[in-house]
Amino acid sequence: MAANCARVVCSLFGKSVNFASSTRPVTLQFCRQICGTPALRRKNLGPTVPETFTAEFIQKQVEEFEIGKRHLANMMGEDPENFTQEDIDRSIAYLFPSGLFEKRARPLMKHPVEIFPKQRAVQWGPDGRPFHFLFYTGKQAYYSLMHDLYGRVLKVEKHQDQLRAKGLFPTEPKQIALGPSRWLTKEEMEALLVEPISRQDYEHFIQLMERLLAMPCCSLEQQFVMSHRQQLEAQSMHQVVPPLQKDDAGVDFSTAEGRRKSSRGSVVVRDCGAGRLTVNGQDHLHYFPVLQDREQLMFPLQFCGLLGRFDLDCSVSGGGRSSQAGALRLAISRALLSFLSQSEGEAMRQAGLLTPDPRVRERKKPGQEGARRKFTWKKR
Amino acid sequence: MATRALTKGLLGLRHVRGPTVKVSNSGRQFATASSIISPEPQTCSVRDKMLDLPLEKQDLFRVSELFTVKDLFDARVHLGHKKGCRHRLMEPYLYDSSLDYDIIDLDKTAEDLRRALDKTAHTAYGGGIILFISRRRQFCHLVENTAKQCGEYAHTRYWQGGLFTNAHIQYGPGVRLPDLVVFLSTLNNVFQQHVAIRDARKMNIPTVGVVDSNCNPSLITYPVPGNDDTPVAMELYCRLFKTVINRAKNKRKQMELLHSLSEPSEPSS
Repeated sequence: MAANCARVVCSLFGKSVNFASSTRPVTLQFCRQICGTPALRRKNLGPTVPETFTAEFIQKQVEEFEIGKRHLANMMGEDPENFTQEDIDRSIAYLFPSGLFEKRARPLMKHPVEIFPKQRAVQWGPDGRPFHFLFYTGKQAYYSLMHDLYGRVLKVEKHQDQLRAKGLFPTEPKQIALGPSRWLTKEEMEALLVEPISRQDYEHFIQLMERLLAMPCCSLEQQFVMSHRQQLEAQSMHQVVPPLQKDDAGVDFSTAEGRRKSSRGSVVVRDCGAGRLTVNGQDHLHYFPVLQDREQLMFPLQFCGLLGRFDLDCSVSGGGRSSQAGALRLAISRALLSFLSQSEGEAMRQAGLLTPDPRVRERKKPGQEGARRKFTWKKR
Repeated sequence: MATRALTKGLLGLRHVRGPTVKVSNSGRQFATASSIISPEPQTCSVRDKMLDLPLEKQDLFRVSELFTVKDLFDARVHLGHKKGCRHRLMEPYLYDSSLDYDIIDLDKTAEDLRRALDKTAHTAYGGGIILFISRRRQFCHLVENTAKQCGEYAHTRYWQGGLFTNAHIQYGPGVRLPDLVVFLSTLNNVFQQHVAIRDARKMNIPTVGVVDSNCNPSLITYPVPGNDDTPVAMELYCRLFKTVINRAKNKRKQMELLHSLSEPSEPSS
């Protein structure tokens, strides 16, 4: 450690002094003045590096986690062998109940691999020689990726030249089936390479990838390209149609649920009915005296032209009259899907009958009278 | 570590065994020419014997057999830039100029190239780290492949500020810097001298550099006047350096095997 200090001092002054001999007491004294605590030495030496954890430290944390997991299982009276992460989460939530809104601030117990950020091991061997041939660039993972990518571009070009020489160059180039995917974002690339990347580096990478994709014979490198793309989920969510069931009398019926604001409603739609509507055991005229609410309930049936066909048995709770009506309307639309064809269901979707209304009550803010209403402004 | 610093301060690996390392009967030793070369039999270890071998033989790695002046001519190494681009300090290396195009003297090139390859071989034989630097985009891939194939290191990208001078912050504490830097082109993308030449000089790292007629050879330890623009010439240089480094490493392995077989009881250092 002291020798390291001395070496730093030596390199700073460009002199090479043999500290084995005691011929330079002045320099030694100078050394002692400069070398202080690590905290002092680190002042003004550029941006702080993120805290690194040694492999032994992580190993110790993993052992402690395993032992702690077994203790927790014993405490909860469960089998220590088959104690999964969900059981741990449940037990911790039970033993340490927390009302904090921020989920990340609540007590948690997870495997150290998920808690400590992934970092690189020591880059060189015992003789000091680095392992990677691009170590001295400072960004070995990124530049190695670029080197690899350029090598592949050259390989594809060479393949194309060979085909052209043989006269087998394809006139309709076979494109890579990218599918619904996008390039990995900068953050995802940083996670992949375990190294920070600048914006310009990322843009260069994407440009080179696009250049590879623009070549006719790029299908050679399909796997490499797809490993740097993220699959997107299907844009349109398929509507889950509730299954059509048959009761004892042989009558078709289906059940569905709907929500609006804080109301929860569920409805059972029975076929071969006379257009009777029961809500929470009462007749709908009784339960919804206001015309607007009854219109909301009837709208899905009127839209599909099935007004007198079905019997509806509804139950609803929570919220006010309007939100209960909205919840039941959504539930009825969903239940009707099982009686209708695909195109009619699509028509319902386009009419907006199947979209849950996302509007909820906006909270009151401090310093204001309500959510939007401010206090009366007084000039003086 | 202090010994290594001492080594770097004196030119080249020729003085790798400084007198201060060897314990002798007399007290302090001075770094005189006679004391450097004289061996001390009672403290010679296997490693000392292996490292003394290149000092005793002339051209141990048979570098002069690798190329001829005709090879250099065929690879267009003699072609320089135009008279307007000429650097004043390159004038001793130029043979003539025809139609304003400078022609580099291949006899001088051959001699300097042999010296440079010899230096590279000795560094590789001693287990040193060699870093290839070139900032020419069209040869970046070639240089990186060369480095990969001979097990050394390359830097053909944008040079970040303190890579040599601020190494402990850039790479981490305890990093080992290269023992030799080989410049396959001394200029960067804006036709200015590469920053690494000055930085290597600051850190006492010897440099080998291919200097074209528009480059400044003054800060480079082993300048090799030659063309750095033609692909054929660059391929020739890369091939030569790769061959020489591989030869030196094989020789090293051979010597280690020989010594470990001949003296199995003695622990190798």
